[in-house]
Amino acid sequence: MRYLGLTEADRRDMLETIGVSSIDALFKDVPAGALNPRLDLPPHQGELEVERAFAAMAKKNVSPMDVPFFLGAGAYRHHIPAAVDHLIQRSEFLTSYTPYQPEISQGTLQYLFEFQTQVSMITGMEVANASMYDGATSAAEAVLMAQRITKRSKAVLSGGLHPHYRDTVATLMDQTDQPHVAAPVDLAGNEDLSTLIDDQTACVVVQNPNVFGHLRDLTSLAKACQAKGALLVVAVTEITSLGLITPPGAMGADIVVAEGQSIGVPLSFGGPYVGLFATREKYVRQMPGRLCGETVDQEGRRGFVLTLSAREQHIRREKATSNICTNSGLCALAFTIHMSLLGEAGLTRLAEINHGKAVQLAEKLAEMKGVAVVPQAFYNEFAITLPKPAAGVVEKLVEKKILGGVPASRLFPGDKSLENVLLIAVTETNTEGDMDKLVAALKEVL
Amino acid sequence: MNRQGRPTTPHAAANSAATGTLTGNRGLQMEEALLFEMGQDGRTGVDLPDAPKVKDRLGGLRRAGKIGLPGLSEPQVIRHFVRLSQKNYSIDAGLYPLGSCTMKHNPRLNEKMARLPGLGDVHPLQPVSTVQGALQVIDTLAGWLKTLTGMPAVAMSPAAGAHGELCGLMAIRAALKARGDVRKRILAPESAHGTNPATAALCGYTVDPIPATADGRVDLEALQAKLGPDVAAIMLTNPNTCGLFERDIKKVADMVHAAGAFFYCDGANFNAIVGKVRPGDLGIDCMHINLHKTFSTPHGGGGPGSGPVVLSDSLKDFVPVPYVVHGKDGLTLVESGDTKSFGRMKSFHGQMGMFIRALAYMMSHGADGLKRVAEDSVLSANYVLASLKDIMSPSFEGPCMHEALFDDRFLKDTGVTTLDFAKAMIDEGYHPMTVYFPLVVHGAMLIEPTESESKDSVDTFVNTLRGLAEKAIAGGENVAMFQAAPQLTPRRRLDETRAARSPVLRWKPGSNGAPIDKAAAE
Amino acid sequence: MTTRYSKDHEWIRLEGDVATVGISDYAQSQLGDVVFVDLPAKGKTVDAGAEVAVVESVKAASEVYAPAGGEVVETNQAIVDDPSLVNRAAQTDGWFVKLKLSNKAELDALMDQAAYDAYLKTL
Repeated sequence: MRYLGLTEADRRDMLETIGVSSIDALFKDVPAGALNPRLDLPPHQGELEVERAFAAMAKKNVSPMDVPFFLGAGAYRHHIPAAVDHLIQRSEFLTSYTPYQPEISQGTLQYLFEFQTQVSMITGMEVANASMYDGATSAAEAVLMAQRITKRSKAVLSGGLHPHYRDTVATLMDQTDQPHVAAPVDLAGNEDLSTLIDDQTACVVVQNPNVFGHLRDLTSLAKACQAKGALLVVAVTEITSLGLITPPGAMGADIVVAEGQSIGVPLSFGGPYVGLFATREKYVRQMPGRLCGETVDQEGRRGFVLTLSAREQHIRREKATSNICTNSGLCALAFTIHMSLLGEAGLTRLAEINHGKAVQLAEKLAEMKGVAVVPQAFYNEFAITLPKPAAGVVEKLVEKKILGGVPASRLFPGDKSLENVLLIAVTETNTEGDMDKLVAALKEVL
Repeated sequence: MNRQGRPTTPHAAANSAATGTLTGNRGLQMEEALLFEMGQDGRTGVDLPDAPKVKDRLGGLRRAGKIGLPGLSEPQVIRHFVRLSQKNYSIDAGLYPLGSCTMKHNPRLNEKMARLPGLGDVHPLQPVSTVQGALQVIDTLAGWLKTLTGMPAVAMSPAAGAHGELCGLMAIRAALKARGDVRKRILAPESAHGTNPATAALCGYTVDPIPATADGRVDLEALQAKLGPDVAAIMLTNPNTCGLFERDIKKVADMVHAAGAFFYCDGANFNAIVGKVRPGDLGIDCMHINLHKTFSTPHGGGGPGSGPVVLSDSLKDFVPVPYVVHGKDGLTLVESGDTKSFGRMKSFHGQMGMFIRALAYMMSHGADGLKRVAEDSVLSANYVLASLKDIMSPSFEGPCMHEALFDDRFLKDTGVTTLDFAKAMIDEGYHPMTVYFPLVVHGAMLIEPTESESKDSVDTFVNTLRGLAEKAIAGGENVAMFQAAPQLTPRRRLDETRAARSPVLRWKPGSNGAPIDKAAAE
Repeated sequence: MTTRYSKDHEWIRLEGDVATVGISDYAQSQLGDVVFVDLPAKGKTVDAGAEVAVVESVKAASEVYAPAGGEVVETNQAIVDDPSLVNRAAQTDGWFVKLKLSNKAELDALMDQAAYDAYLKTL
């Protein structure tokens, strides 16, 4: 067995040193009858056989590489530079543990410090943590953090919030029967949440651009929150948008949570991704998750350590700010490397391309009979309304070898008002030819 | 006050000569600036075409001013991260005996499979007809997990071990609620991982510790005394964090069930029994499985993990959405509309990239190989215990499971602490074992060699520890060596107190090249 | 004024109606370098045994419990600004809060110096 290091002779020698006659003697504490069950599973296989099995499964999927592809809704297809995947597969990054021994983990610690800096910069916030599981769990943690800070319980959730985020928040709050108010679904992008904020409100969670693509100025909402002593939590599901649009920090957000997948992390059928979490410096001790900080070693040289860990579960136990134990280390590394390659000029250009292509497609679609583009202002994703149910249209497009978007009914099942709504995302990976194919196919299908 | 004896500022006396080179580099050990200190405007590591010329539709929300990101070329970026990587210890470089973390070999086949076109690049919201292979991966892995644990159901979406704990407790809460039962207390041993009480608190439970017996197992009498109609569940790690199999586990299950409570088993240490013992035969109700421990998905410097949760018949109706089911047109996903489900825990369907890696590992080992994994990991740990019991101080009688627990009695009155001992291992080329955990013994050292190591490798490791223990016990001049360790690393002991008292959590413009306050460190 | 101690290693010293509360020298030595202190708002009322403050070191976090009940009339900003003061002067300048006691008799249940010293020997 290629991954195991002991030979039969080694095992005999080791048993002799231990002073037992068999390996099963080491399992003597296992209750009678429970040892060595018969398992109905296949025996071991070589690399070739395993590769064949996976290749067969992969072949049953339609790869976005092979067809015009317009899906988004919280996960986006972007080009990842070759250097990213090469670097994250280096042994020293891939096969190291959490940097609890800083003297031999400066590599991980320094990139976490750089990651925290990059996230702070693009969100327009003062500090960021070393990442969470994903955007949705970041949003749930943000609500808990706002409750700790305000000592209030109620959360107001925007009707433009991605339903997976809304449901993840709700699941966690339900555990302790905390109240949350989900505003009505906001397809039009004109909801006014200020009327839902009262003196029991811990926070308002709003997504920008929202799940239907609407891009909104949140400054007045931030003021309304502030007036009532509530915090504004802004969720961003498409992080490349911040290369082009005003960051939440500049609009008055208190906490920014985001899905970082768009930078450096492959789609991978939904995970693992990387949750970003940024806030104001004054709230740092209420922030969940791992944090890396700068210090010096005993020779006075700059170095990095995990810090403020008295907030965390391994020390604080039941009084910790969160139960979270890992971050999304390797995905955070991929994000950091990709962002380093982009730099200021690259990120700005990338965002311009995404937006420009989305505008081009929106204009083409708006010319079609029976089709309307919903948001006036958007980044690289927008909802359109169709003359018939979107789910069926998407299935018809599959037959034409096009992955044509996400029907809103997939995210809002049972909501009749959204049955004809299709979410379309456009990124730098889409060619003009892809767009023309989509428009042509839609003309046939509608 | 749980980490007595772990100094957080370097020993004052333990300084040595500085590097003495002009660059600060020491041969292959390169000093490396922060990205933000090397960037220049007008440089980039990507070539992108011009953006389409369109009238923007940003609603007046175009970003004003610069972000501040540095401009770097591709070679600069590659060199930066390669140099950083060289400051890390890794499994690929050496034995990584971090108890409770299962630092086993991470096969590269796993990585290759996770990147196959059609698996690594599919979108989670593609029509299910276009992702039958992806759903098959999830379904097949679920099948292996159920068979290996002897449990009827598994929730696949939790993103990590602690997230799995949360899933288990949420399912328990939902099951209690469904029978109109409100319970407020969770029992957990004092030796539990910190995530157990933290998770219980997130779900609104109070945590009541159960004491251990002198031989490191749950005290059944104390457990009986703590059980009552307000106890929702027990959270018990098996094998436990002292590296011992809870030999009364079936009695524990019976007692807990008799009180109307559920049995949450923390599966962090499943590696010791995989293929060898099915937790389902021991009476548990749910257990999370850290795919990054037992099933070799890479730790990646702290994640991402993946923590599927197996569930008993009494809990399986309450699984989180989404989950995969067999439909008439093949596999499909239930994403909503399940009224018994306790809800959703994260975006999309779980850590697919980790599922692929774990399944590739399982298929490579097969049933026979996985059993061998458990056996060899337990054998190696007992070999370490037997080889060092005369000089270091084992906390409990053997046999142990996949990790051997020592405490600091052998260092008593030497002037060398557990931390010093661990740091001296670094100079010898080893990552230290887990130190100061579990909290139930003084100055804990928890050693998990894993099944990946050859006997030669374990022998060298054992001989090194023996040599260090002899040095510590001999005392005298050696004490200063321990207190000064590590001396051969890219950085020496770091000042954690300074980091926490005035936190610097990001680089800021203007701090570029700021002189480091050397005087304060000395 | 005599100083009294709780089993959780808080000290309390009554002067007039107002008692000063802090953590004992033993407690600070067990915590190690204190890096952060969270103090209550003035005017807050606490019962004996209730949490009144939080103290964090790099390696531990601990609640500070009120040895006797009362109203918080003053808090020590100096330890917020410089947490190392708790290590340097735990039982003097490193005090946490001043409480206007609601029931002075609660002090009788606490240990005096001799009893506390004896208690420490048992740990």
